[in-house]
Amino acid sequence: MSKTHIQFKLNGSEVETLVEPRELLIHVIREQLGQTGSHIGCETSHCGACTVDLNGESLKSCTILAVQANGAEVATVEGLAASGELHAVQEAFMQEHGLQCGFCTPGMLMRSYRFLQENPNPTEEDIRQGMSGNLCRCTGYQNIVKAIQVAAVKLQAK
Amino acid sequence: MSTATEDKREQELQGVGCSRKRKEDPRFIQGKGNYVDDVKLPGMLVGKVVRSPFAHAKIISINKEAALALPGVHAVLTADDLKPLGLHWMPTLAGDVCAVLADEKVSFQYQEVAFVIADNRYIAVDAADLVEVEYEELPVVVDPHHAMDADAAIVRDDLVGKDEAGGGARKHNNHIFNWNVGDKDATDRAFESADVTVKQDMINQRVHACPLETCGCVASFDKVKGDMTVYITSQAPHIVRTVITMLSGIPESKVRVISPDIGGGFGNKVGIYPGYVCAIVASIVLGRPVKWIEDRTENLSTTAFARDYHMEGELAADNEGNIKALRVNVLADHGAFNTHAQPTKWPAGMFGICTGSYDIPTAYANVDGVFTNKAPGGVSYRCSFRVTEAVYVVERMIDVLAQKLKMDPAEIRLKNFIQPEQFPYNSATGWEYDSGNYPAALKKVMEAVDYQGLRKEQAEKTARGELMGIGLCTFTEIVGAGPSKSCDILGVGMFDSAEIRIHPTGSAIARMGTKSQGQGHETTYAQIIATELGISSEEIQIEEGDTDTAPYGLGTYGSRTTPVGGAATVKAARKIREKARKIAAHLLEVSENDLEWDVNQFRVIGSPDQVKTMKEIAWAAYNNVPDGMEMGLEAVDYYDPPNFTFPFGAYLCVLDIDRFTGVTAVRRFYALDDCGTRINPMIIEGQVHGGLNEGFAVSMGQELPYDAEGNLSGNTFMDYFWPTMVETPKWELDYTVTPSPHHPMGAKGVAESPHVGSIPCFSNAINDAFMQFGAKTHIDMPHNAFRVWKTIKEMGLNK
Repeated sequence: MSKTHIQFKLNGSEVETLVEPRELLIHVIREQLGQTGSHIGCETSHCGACTVDLNGESLKSCTILAVQANGAEVATVEGLAASGELHAVQEAFMQEHGLQCGFCTPGMLMRSYRFLQENPNPTEEDIRQGMSGNLCRCTGYQNIVKAIQVAAVKLQAK
Repeated sequence: MSTATEDKREQELQGVGCSRKRKEDPRFIQGKGNYVDDVKLPGMLVGKVVRSPFAHAKIISINKEAALALPGVHAVLTADDLKPLGLHWMPTLAGDVCAVLADEKVSFQYQEVAFVIADNRYIAVDAADLVEVEYEELPVVVDPHHAMDADAAIVRDDLVGKDEAGGGARKHNNHIFNWNVGDKDATDRAFESADVTVKQDMINQRVHACPLETCGCVASFDKVKGDMTVYITSQAPHIVRTVITMLSGIPESKVRVISPDIGGGFGNKVGIYPGYVCAIVASIVLGRPVKWIEDRTENLSTTAFARDYHMEGELAADNEGNIKALRVNVLADHGAFNTHAQPTKWPAGMFGICTGSYDIPTAYANVDGVFTNKAPGGVSYRCSFRVTEAVYVVERMIDVLAQKLKMDPAEIRLKNFIQPEQFPYNSATGWEYDSGNYPAALKKVMEAVDYQGLRKEQAEKTARGELMGIGLCTFTEIVGAGPSKSCDILGVGMFDSAEIRIHPTGSAIARMGTKSQGQGHETTYAQIIATELGISSEEIQIEEGDTDTAPYGLGTYGSRTTPVGGAATVKAARKIREKARKIAAHLLEVSENDLEWDVNQFRVIGSPDQVKTMKEIAWAAYNNVPDGMEMGLEAVDYYDPPNFTFPFGAYLCVLDIDRFTGVTAVRRFYALDDCGTRINPMIIEGQVHGGLNEGFAVSMGQELPYDAEGNLSGNTFMDYFWPTMVETPKWELDYTVTPSPHHPMGAKGVAESPHVGSIPCFSNAINDAFMQFGAKTHIDMPHNAFRVWKTIKEMGLNK
């Protein structure tokens, strides 16, 4: 199958690669660009393990083709601590025991990162609604909700 | 020496009892975990399984030509290719055999028929589509109740004429085993003479543990060295290594199995699946690494379901509600192959725990396993072997009995509990319960939620026609398999192991035979060692999952890590401490008996200033030991537990049902757990939260439904219920501590209790809501809105 040249920003760095038009963004990020932080849990846009940030929006990266990301700005969990310091959501997940097996965590973190920009001062109900596209099997969600509340307070104080 | 400094030193250790932050987290929150699908080896190819669209069919022909002609395809394997290697069938953990690739016929939908190996995942999928398989459909067996009919289709032609398929004698071509326990005659007599008896059918529906990471492996055979390395999503890597050797003939010393980070297991990653074997064979044949990762539908459809227990429970009691006997008959649907994952000699696992937390003098349980044209399995989904099923039947039956006697479900439980002074308690089904205090646990919960107040509110609501349910569950688990005299897997005793080395400068590395899948072993094992040896847990590195470095162990499932691996860790640490004591005595020039252990040092009794810290002792172990002593400071322990452990709990659920839509809102869920000594309360609470949510999922929605033709109609996340944050209830936790007398630190294990205990609790709450309106029979799970609404409609409660 013929390949298409694409170029986009991944965690602040320009990347370019050749992809088949049918290839999903998650496969290209993980398998071609070697950033394996984002995970695959279903490939049907249900679980959210592959959630990344694309042009300032949360996006399940199994939902779009890599060619659609041409020219975009994409951020994954590997870029969250780009400044050299952990982001508030990363710290809070660790402090509040918001992760266990770690498989949903990169997607959870990327969604929390964006969600707290959409709604910097959320209620618990807001968090549960705003994060409902990300599934976790280990935590029963209670500590994830708590972590996001803690991160919100911390980010507000900044 | 003041207590204050002792406390301070103890705090610095971050040992047992402290909510230490997890050691695993820094890599997981930065995308630096290393899961099987992250493994990328030079020259690696990708495998894809071609699966059967039919539940039961003869394979007339397989044509690989079109697939092989596709550029980038390296091979297509079928049973005929595996036959010369003797690998088209493999032994199962349960004593049966299972087709690796379908041999002449398929026996369940999605069964593995061929394995395509290609350059990448896209080509592999294209090629799988190009494999042409011609089938001739056969009649199916779907309903286990008709599996042993005289005219039932034969699921397993390969077993015709064989009288065993794992677990004992067979009485029909589709029969697998009969297993029973208890005194049948005495139980029958107790039923005949009882004031009151109740009987109820109920189903633990077929579900799937469904971890977020699916199963997969990367197999890499080095043709020059003859070494096989397999990265695999396994909860039990050492037994995988043994099985690979049994299958392939490669010496076990040349097989290395690595379970890296595992994205949840919950029992799904105990079994050894055809996809793994295909990848291993493909790597041997092609001499290149081969990756196989199943997709979500393959995961839900093929790699080991759980439950599918069709049970008939009976209780006999006197008019005051004192239970006299329990009788349970079970039909177990194992699907097309007997691949359930239990200790090999226990075809129904620990189902005999079905007398629960109650002092039931006589009991009899009888289980028949049958083959059907459904996916094989029968793993323990976040529970010890068949314990969820056992707890469900007794916890539902006690409510059924309470209803018949018009007694409160709490009152009948309090009346029948095994009392604290009866421990160790010998149950009618042959277990010796180690310790417990059931009345205290239930009373604590009742007080915390104002039980009487809730019942009063319920009565008021019922009078207004509103549906409110209160569910109780006072469960006992049996975990920590297990004593090798009764428990083995393929002949390997179910011990577990720990190896600890103290380095000259006083830090340590320890390796265990277990394997974390999110439970936080790197954190908690270090806490155990910290407390035992006085080394800060920050200076203790824990490793598991690499069979080249870790001592042999049976792995992590059935809540066995703390009871077995944890005990091995304590014992290994204590061996080191004894050696350290000798070195300290030598350094201080006193007798060993003159020394006492003090947090992180030995001190001379009566001379508190004369001390040797573990750090000093560690250094001396490498340069100044007593005459005749070996240098070094390390120990290994293989721990064969004397008994199981018996964690317990008291759970209560309050829910409200919308009588027009059938939608259930869980208002409160209060969970009190007793897992004996608590190693890390933060991690325990996290485990309980997660287990409760999985129990919520099972009771309120999960099901793998098959139609009459054996088609699986719920194998994507569109259909298979996985609660989001929105549906998930909020959890309220509590605990008591009743240590296990036979575990070296009194710990019992916790991660599965919340799953085992919450399923009957939710189900009792739903049933309780309808009981207020005179519901006559038990209502089966899953209690999803549609099914609840149907009950409402049948009972005319939506007026």
